[in-house]
Amino acid sequence: MTQRHFQRRRLHSKSWCLFVGFQFVEMSSRKLKSNNLKHSECLSQVQRILRERFCHQSLHSNLFGVQVQYKHLIELLKRTAIYGESNSVLIIGPRGSGKTMLINHALKELMEVEEVSENVLQVHLNGLLQINDNIALKEITRQLNLENVVGDKVFGSFAENLSFLLEALKKGDRTSSCPVIFILDEFDLFAHHKNQTLLYNLFDISQSAQTPVAVVGLTCRLDILELLEKRVKSRFSHRQIHLMNSFGFPQYLKIFKEQLSLPAEFPDKLFAEKWNENVQCLSEDRSVREVLQKHFNVSKNLRSLHMLLMLALNRVTSSHPFMTAADLMEANQLCSMDSKANIVHGLSVLEICLIIAMKHLNDIYEEEPFNFQMVYNEFQKFVQRKAHSVYNFEKPVVMKAFEHLQQLELIRPMERTSVNAQREYQLMKLLLDNTQIMNALQKYPNCPTDVRQWATSSLSWL
Amino acid sequence: MAYYSTRMKSRQTYSWVGRPLLDPKLHHQTYREMSVKVEGCSTELHIHVGQFVLVEGNDDENPYVAKLVELFEDGSEPRSRKRARVQWFIRFCEVPVCKQHLLGRKPAAQEIFWYDYPACDSNINAETIIGPVQVVALAPDEVIPTDLKNEKTLFVKLSWNEKKFSPLSPELFAQLEKLQEGSPRCQKSVEAKTKNIESPSCTTAERAVKRVESRHSSSKSRPAPTHPVTPRARKRLELSSLGSPRTPNTRISRQTSWASPDSPRRTKRKAALSEITSPSKRSQPDGLQTPSPARKAPEKTGEIQRRSCAKDDKKVSAERHMTLRPRVPALKTTVLSEERRLTPTRGGRRSSMVPSVILIPENIRKREAEEPEAQDEAVSSRHHTSRKSSLLTLNQIKQQLRFLGKSESDSEDEEFLPAAEIPDSSSEEEEDSTSPLPRTPSGASRNLRSSTKLSLQTPSKTPKKTPKPRTPHHATPRIRSRNLAAQEPASVLEEARLRLHVSAVPESLPCREQEFQDIYNFVESKLLDQTGGCMYISGVPGTGKTATVHEVIRGLQQAAQANDVPPFQYIEVNGMKLTEPHQVYVQILQKLTGQKATAIHAAELLAKRFRTQGSSQETTVLLVDELDLLWTQKQDVMYNLFDWPTHKEARLVVLTIANTMDLPERIMMNRVSSRLGLTRMSFQPYTHSQLQQILGSRLKHLRAFEDDAIQFVARKVAALSGDARRCLDICRRATDICEFSCQKPGSPGLVTVAHLLEAVDEMFSSSYITAIKNSSVLEQSFLRAILAEFRRSGLEEATFQQVYSQHVALCRMEGLPYPTMTETMAVCCQLGSCRLLLVEPSRNDLLLRVRLNVSQDAVLYALKEE
Repeated sequence: MTQRHFQRRRLHSKSWCLFVGFQFVEMSSRKLKSNNLKHSECLSQVQRILRERFCHQSLHSNLFGVQVQYKHLIELLKRTAIYGESNSVLIIGPRGSGKTMLINHALKELMEVEEVSENVLQVHLNGLLQINDNIALKEITRQLNLENVVGDKVFGSFAENLSFLLEALKKGDRTSSCPVIFILDEFDLFAHHKNQTLLYNLFDISQSAQTPVAVVGLTCRLDILELLEKRVKSRFSHRQIHLMNSFGFPQYLKIFKEQLSLPAEFPDKLFAEKWNENVQCLSEDRSVREVLQKHFNVSKNLRSLHMLLMLALNRVTSSHPFMTAADLMEANQLCSMDSKANIVHGLSVLEICLIIAMKHLNDIYEEEPFNFQMVYNEFQKFVQRKAHSVYNFEKPVVMKAFEHLQQLELIRPMERTSVNAQREYQLMKLLLDNTQIMNALQKYPNCPTDVRQWATSSLSWL
Repeated sequence: MAYYSTRMKSRQTYSWVGRPLLDPKLHHQTYREMSVKVEGCSTELHIHVGQFVLVEGNDDENPYVAKLVELFEDGSEPRSRKRARVQWFIRFCEVPVCKQHLLGRKPAAQEIFWYDYPACDSNINAETIIGPVQVVALAPDEVIPTDLKNEKTLFVKLSWNEKKFSPLSPELFAQLEKLQEGSPRCQKSVEAKTKNIESPSCTTAERAVKRVESRHSSSKSRPAPTHPVTPRARKRLELSSLGSPRTPNTRISRQTSWASPDSPRRTKRKAALSEITSPSKRSQPDGLQTPSPARKAPEKTGEIQRRSCAKDDKKVSAERHMTLRPRVPALKTTVLSEERRLTPTRGGRRSSMVPSVILIPENIRKREAEEPEAQDEAVSSRHHTSRKSSLLTLNQIKQQLRFLGKSESDSEDEEFLPAAEIPDSSSEEEEDSTSPLPRTPSGASRNLRSSTKLSLQTPSKTPKKTPKPRTPHHATPRIRSRNLAAQEPASVLEEARLRLHVSAVPESLPCREQEFQDIYNFVESKLLDQTGGCMYISGVPGTGKTATVHEVIRGLQQAAQANDVPPFQYIEVNGMKLTEPHQVYVQILQKLTGQKATAIHAAELLAKRFRTQGSSQETTVLLVDELDLLWTQKQDVMYNLFDWPTHKEARLVVLTIANTMDLPERIMMNRVSSRLGLTRMSFQPYTHSQLQQILGSRLKHLRAFEDDAIQFVARKVAALSGDARRCLDICRRATDICEFSCQKPGSPGLVTVAHLLEAVDEMFSSSYITAIKNSSVLEQSFLRAILAEFRRSGLEEATFQQVYSQHVALCRMEGLPYPTMTETMAVCCQLGSCRLLLVEPSRNDLLLRVRLNVSQDAVLYALKEE
C-alpha cells in the first residue's frame, strides 16, 4: 500500500497518468475505452458527494454519541407538538459539536410524524441576523405568516409589532392553537438585547396558558444562564442539553471512515467498493492515524475534521484517484500551519533584520515596548559590525520597512497613532514570539549567514 | 345603514317635550318625551320614555340598542345636561367572541339580546340617541322571522348576562310586548311625508308574520295576496312584491330586491337629512360618489338614488319624487339587473359587519371556488336582508374553507384564521375591490394600494363588507389553530406533567392566603369608597405576585357580578412587554377605551380622563407589572402613574409589581415615591413546607410522586431560591426522567428521589467540569499552561504569549507535537467561546489577555480526574 503511494508520488507525471489509466482499463475487465471517461465521471461524483457531506450539514449522516440528548430533545418537541405543552430548552455545546444538526434532525423526525407535520409552525432566528428585538419581531411575524393580517401596515413601529405579536400569541390556548417552535441560534446574542424583551416574552408565553410554544436556544456559551436577567431566568425552564463531543479517538477514527466512505447507492458499485476499501486501508495506516491523532488532539470539532478531509479530497484527481496518507499529511500541514511565520517568509532581508533587532530589544528590555529609533540603533550596530556583508540602508528606507511591518501587523503600536506624534518615537510591540522568529528564519530562503548568526545571539560579534 | 353615520353628523337639536316632573329623590327633573329636531329639516323626531332607541356607539353600522327608561336633566354634567337612563340590549356581534359559541346556534338576523348585566353603565347622554327602533319580543318557542324587509326591526328572544344566554323572563317578556304596541308611533312623524307610510296600528308580531308570508309569495313570483290587513302591513307586502323578482334570474333579482323594500323610507330620510348636510360632509367616503353609468340609467334603483342624493343636495327634491319609481321597473330587464349585480348595494355591504368575521385576501380568493355554494346559502338564508345572516354565511364559508384548506397541500393561506375583528385595511381594500363604481378620490387611492389578488376578483363574489369609518380597530391576529386537536394526557405521569406546568392555573393559590387577603381588602376598600390608591408589591421572581393579583381580580370580578362591590374596569400592563416606558400610556389608553394614539397624545388623553372626568365613571384597577422597567430619566411615567390615583375624579387603583423591596427608595425621586405611598407588600420566597403544599395541591389525587421526593424537591428549591417555577420545572423534568428510565409499559412509574436528584443535577450543576473533561488534549494542556503561568506570575491574568510559552514547554514534556501559534490561538478561541476562558474580544494576537472563568481548583479537579 505505502509502497504504491510512494511510487505514485515519485512518478507523478503525465506518462504515469496515462499508465494508470491504461492499467485501470485493463483491471476493469477490459470493457471499453469509455471506462476511462466513466472513471473521471465517477471521481467528479465522489467529489460532489463528499463535498456536499463536508460543507453542508446533511441530515443523512448519523448522530455520533448524542442519542440520549437527541431523545430528550425529540420527546420535548413531540410533547409540544402533540400535547400542546409549552417548553423551553437550551442546547449548549462548543462550536462544531452538532447543535444545529441535532435540532435539524429532531425537526426532521418530528415533521415526519403525520399528526405533527401540519400542526406545527417553526420560527428560525439567528442572533447574528436578528441583532435587535425589532428585527426579530418582524422576522417572527413574517415566518408566522401574520403579516397579511393587516396588509401593508404590519411593519409599523416596534411597539406596535410587539403588541401585535403578543396579542397573536395570547389568543391561542393549549388545545386548539397550532404550536410554534422557536429556534434561536446564537442564543447568547439575544440575551444582549435591550431588557431581553424578546426572551422575556417568549419564555413568559412558554410559562403561561397561551399558544403552546417550544423555545429552543442554541449556544456555545457555558455561562448562558448567568446572562439571563433574573425574571427571564425564572421563566426559563432550566432544561439544558449539553453536547460535549464526549467521544474518544477510536470513535473519531470511525467517524473519519464513515465520513469518507461512499454510500451504497453510488452508481458505480465497483468503484465505490474500491474507494471504500481504500478508506478502510487508510484508517488502518499508521501515518494516517498519526495525522488524525494530531488533529484530534487539537480539536474534537467535527468541522475541523471536515476541513482536513476536504483539503485531502481536493488532491484527488483522475490521475490520482484514491486518497493517500500523504494527501492527509499535507492537508494536516496546511491546517496547522503558522500563519505569522508564513508572513515572515515573504519579508525582505531588511525587514527580517528589523525583526531580529526587535527580538533582541525584547530580550534585553524584557518585553518592554520599543520605538523605531531603538530598532534603528540596534540595526545600525549590527550593520557597523558586519559592514562587509550587509548593505547600510538609509534611515527613510528603514522607516518604510518598519511601516510595512506595521501594516502586516507583525508589530503594533501601543496606543492609537495620533497625527502630531513623531513616528520614530511611537512605542511598538512585536507580535511574534521568539520561537516563531527562529522557526521562520530556518525556512527563510537565501538568508545571509551573518543575519542568521545575529538572530541566534545578539552578542555574536564577540 | 349608511344613514346612521351620516345622520350623526348632521346637527340635531334635542329638546324636552312636556313639563318636567321633579323627582324628589334624585334631585333632578325627569321628562316623558324628547324631541329631536334635525337642523334644516322640518321633521321632528319624538322619543318617549319606554321606547326602544338606537344609541350612538363606536360602531356606526351597529348602533347600540336600548330601551329608554328615563329622561332627565342633570345639572351636574357640564357638557351634556340631558341625560337618559336606558336598559341596554346587546347585538350578537357585541358579545365577546369567545363567548359567542354559548348561544349554541347561529344567531338569527337582527337578533338582539336583553343585556342583563347590571355592571353596565346605563346612564347615557341623551344626545347620543340616534332615533327610535322597533324591537319585537319573541316568546322562547317563537321562530324569529328571517324575512326582514324592515331592517329596523330587531328581535329579542334571549337575555345575555355576560355568562350565558337565557330566555326572557315572563314578566319581562310581557313588558316588552306591551311596549311594542306603542312603539311605531315614533316613526310616524318621519314617515308622514312619504307615500308609503305604514300605519302604526299593526303590531309587530303580526307584521312579522305577514312578512314571512310575503317572502313566500315573492319567491314564488306571484303577486302578493291581498289579505285584509292593516294598511301598514299591506303596504309592506306591496313593497316586497313589487321589489321582488319577476325574472328568472333569482339571484340577481333577489339581491336587488333586498335593497328596495327599505329604500323608500330610507331615501326619504336620507333626503331629508341631506338637505341640511353641509358640504364638508361630503368628504365622507360613502357620501360622495362620482356619477356612474348605473346611476345614469333611467331606471335607477332607490338604493343608488339614495346614494346620489347624499351626494348632491340640489338633487334632493328630484330624488324624492323618484323614490318610488324605481321599485317597479327596476328588475324588468336582465341587463339592468346585471348592472345591479355589479354594484354591490351599499346597505347590504354595510350590514355584514360583525367582529367575528375576518376576511383575509387568501380566504376571499378561495371563496371564489365556493361561490355557488355560497350563493346557495345566501339564498337560503336570505342574507341579503340581514346583516347577521350574511355574516353567518361568511362563517359557514369560513368553515368550509378551513376544511378545504386541510386537503390542500398549500395551506399557507390559512396560516391565519379569522379572528375577532376585521382589520381596517383589509376590509377597506375589500370594499374597494368590490365596488366597480368610481369612488371617491380616497377610495381610488386605496384601490391602487390593494393587492392584485383583490382586484382580480369579480365584484359579485366578494362578501358584503363594511368599512368602519373612523373607528380605529386594530387587528387581533392569532396563530392559526391546529388541525388535529392536542392529545389529552394518557398516563398518570403525563397528567402530572400537565398539572405541574407553570401555566396550569390552580383553583386556589395555597400559601398566599394572607397576601391575597391584604390585596383583596385594599382593592375592595378602594372600590367601595370609590377612591383611588397605589400599592407596591415586591418579591423575588416566582413567588406568585402576579398570580395572586390575578386571583384577587378574579375574585373581585365575581364579587362585582354578585353586586357585592361596584363594577370596575381591570387593565394590565407589563413593563417587559413594552418597548419603551412611554408606551405604557398607549397600552393603557387602548385597553381603557380602544383608542390608538401616540405615546404623547395618549398621555394627554389619559391625564385628561383621570383628572377631569365625571362621577359616572367606574373605578379602574390598573396592574403594572415589572415596574422597574418604567423607569426613565425624568421618571415622568412613574410620576403620572402614581399621580393619577391621587385625583378624586380618577377613581384609579394602581397595583405595581417589581422584584426589589427598596425600589421606591432606590430609583425613585422623592416626589414619585411619595405619591406611591406606603402601602407596600412583600412576597417572601416560599419556604420548603409551602412549596411542598403547592406541589401537593397540584398533584391532588394523583399518585405520581413519592412523598419523600416531593419533600426533597421542596427543600432543595427552598434552599436555592424559593422560586415556585423552578420547583415545578424540576418536578416536570423528573417525570420525564422517570418515564424515560422505566421503559416497561404498564408499570406505573413513581417519581422517586433518584429521579428528582438527576433532574436537579441536570439543571443546577455547573457544566464547566464536564466541558473541561471532554475538551481535546491541547485544550486541556492549554488550561494547564494557564494554571502554570498564573502560579508563576502570581496574577490571575496572563497574556497569550506567556501562556503560549508555557504551553509549548508542557507539550514538549508530554511528548506532544510542537503546537504552532495558530493552532494554539484556535484552541484559546475555542475555550474563549465556551467561556471557560475570558478573553478580550476581537483581538487575536500575542498580547491577548487571558483569564480563567472557572476557579483554578475546578480546573485542577477536572484535569486530575482522568
